[in-house]
Amino acid sequence: MSLDQTAASLTATPIAGPQPILSAHNLQKRYGKVVALDHADFDLYPGEILAVIGDNGAGKSTLIKTLCGAVIPDAGTIKLDGSPIAFKSPMEARLAGIETVYQNLALSPALSIADNLFLGREMRKKGPLGDIFRLLDRSGMNRIAREKLTELGLMTIQNIGQSVETLSGGQRQGVAVARAAAFGSRVVIMDEPTAALGVKESRRVLELMLDVKRRGLPIVLISHNMPHVFEVADRIHIHRLGRRIAVINPKDHTMSDAVAIMTGAMEPPAQAASAS
Amino acid sequence: MSDDAAGSATAEHGLTGAAQTVASFDTERPGLIRRIQAFLHTYPTAIPFIVLIVGIAIFSFAAGSKFFAPFNLSLVLQQVTIIGVLGIAQTLIILTAGIDLSVGAIMILSSIVMGRLSVVAGVPVEIAFVMGLATGVLCGFINGVLVARIKLPPFIVTLGTWSIYGSMIIFISNSETIRSQDIAAIAPMLQWMGARVALGGGAILTIGSMVMLLIAAGVWYVLNRTAFGRHIYATGDDPESARLAGINTTWTLIGVYTLAGLICALASWVLIGRVGAVSPLGSQTANLDSITAVVIGGTSLFGGRGSIVGTLLGALIVGMFRNGLALSGVDVLWQEFAVGALIIIAVTTDQWIRRISA
Repeated sequence: MSLDQTAASLTATPIAGPQPILSAHNLQKRYGKVVALDHADFDLYPGEILAVIGDNGAGKSTLIKTLCGAVIPDAGTIKLDGSPIAFKSPMEARLAGIETVYQNLALSPALSIADNLFLGREMRKKGPLGDIFRLLDRSGMNRIAREKLTELGLMTIQNIGQSVETLSGGQRQGVAVARAAAFGSRVVIMDEPTAALGVKESRRVLELMLDVKRRGLPIVLISHNMPHVFEVADRIHIHRLGRRIAVINPKDHTMSDAVAIMTGAMEPPAQAASAS
Repeated sequence: MSDDAAGSATAEHGLTGAAQTVASFDTERPGLIRRIQAFLHTYPTAIPFIVLIVGIAIFSFAAGSKFFAPFNLSLVLQQVTIIGVLGIAQTLIILTAGIDLSVGAIMILSSIVMGRLSVVAGVPVEIAFVMGLATGVLCGFINGVLVARIKLPPFIVTLGTWSIYGSMIIFISNSETIRSQDIAAIAPMLQWMGARVALGGGAILTIGSMVMLLIAAGVWYVLNRTAFGRHIYATGDDPESARLAGINTTWTLIGVYTLAGLICALASWVLIGRVGAVSPLGSQTANLDSITAVVIGGTSLFGGRGSIVGTLLGALIVGMFRNGLALSGVDVLWQEFAVGALIIIAVTTDQWIRRISA
């Protein structure tokens, strides 16, 4: 049985199925008087692509940031594989296997592609050169960087040593996606991965997401692009006013439904609401 | 969002026949100016290098053999040694988009600690030397903690510590200068950096100049061949991105300021070697001169780009202009004018090069 089928069977029965790989319960976060998260819940099941949609200011960014360690919630619990976790930094989330592609990409423009791919987890040479003199294994990192970008069909980039600021928006996105796909072991979170891309490059990123899913890695996709969401997502988490108001199956609902629920124009479906 | 709602899952089928070249590059041949800009963007150190070569050519013409003599050129190198070492420390700070106004004060304070402990208090010179280095490290660490943990602007932090370390200089030294003869008699190790090596043809190199090159090589290695160095560039380039990418920017900053403090302490050793005596005066111009060397060397005040080689070239350019103009018989005030103009031109050029990505 392929992982696709596993994911499909899971999405059909999200409650009765096995445990979610990443879940959150009753998350709260305030910024002064602004309530960003108001008792929000979240569930991601193994092998699925879960889209998170919501209007601007609905708190989906804050939700995602609590999951990847960039924001510490005021209250609530987060569980990875059933055991509670409390990330204090994005690094801790990464060590736990949760990789994030941020909307601002978190790339360092003046550094090279290879440097960016390995930023924060550089490889050192074996032996005393690396252990004592902390010498970086540049050739090794360049080789792996080239492999990862080739896997994504992004090697139209001529030179792995060129600085990221000389790349186009789509190429930069490709570098950030390659970094997450290369290092993610449990969950990959993608924040608006296609927002800055052209048609061709968007398509490539969507294909990549399906690739990653096929390898068994679940993906959380935050996007405003409904065609993209409905194309790749197994389930859609709809966020409104700081909380999850519905989880829908894209096969049972239209894009108009999703947007209507998201904006409050339509009541969330009863069965989906009870899932939360 | 209503546009998306109106669409359907097949929305993109309408694009099948559309142009697929959304993200293609402009293939038109770029003009000469554009290509120069691109070249300088890739090799920013080329600018101070070109300025140095052109400067040497002009002064050789204007001042004749007085300037382009082995003895004079090696004299320029000796004159820029202290500013060169401080400039290396300053480069580290400026790469993180900071600035350090206290480098001169840290240098003087370290030299006072070394001199007072060994000559006046009678502590063995090796211990006095280590205590001097520790003083520099501690001063840098304090700067780093204030910048990275308390999150104060580097300019304000180092403006404050400049005064604080300055008052410590007066307190520890009693406003007394330690004479060169006393140091030579009791703690000769402190004057090692002043030892001269004749290279032939009249050129003379001090140990201090060589140590400057060694420090530069070491810091170059850290910046370009270690993870810490990459983190320094990333932190200066875009601290938020660096943090999200998993870099501990707080400890990177503290590390940078501490390392800069150590290099300032090493500069104090070079200073004692060059001057011979230990004096509580003279830190005021050192701060600004080190920043001048860094900026003329092409390191961006906005952080994230620049190099150690550029800073050494920047220090040499300042030294060359002062020396060359003096030998050409130009009034001192025009030397200062030239240095000021160089700073403005260097920063303008940096702004122009950075615009390439826009």
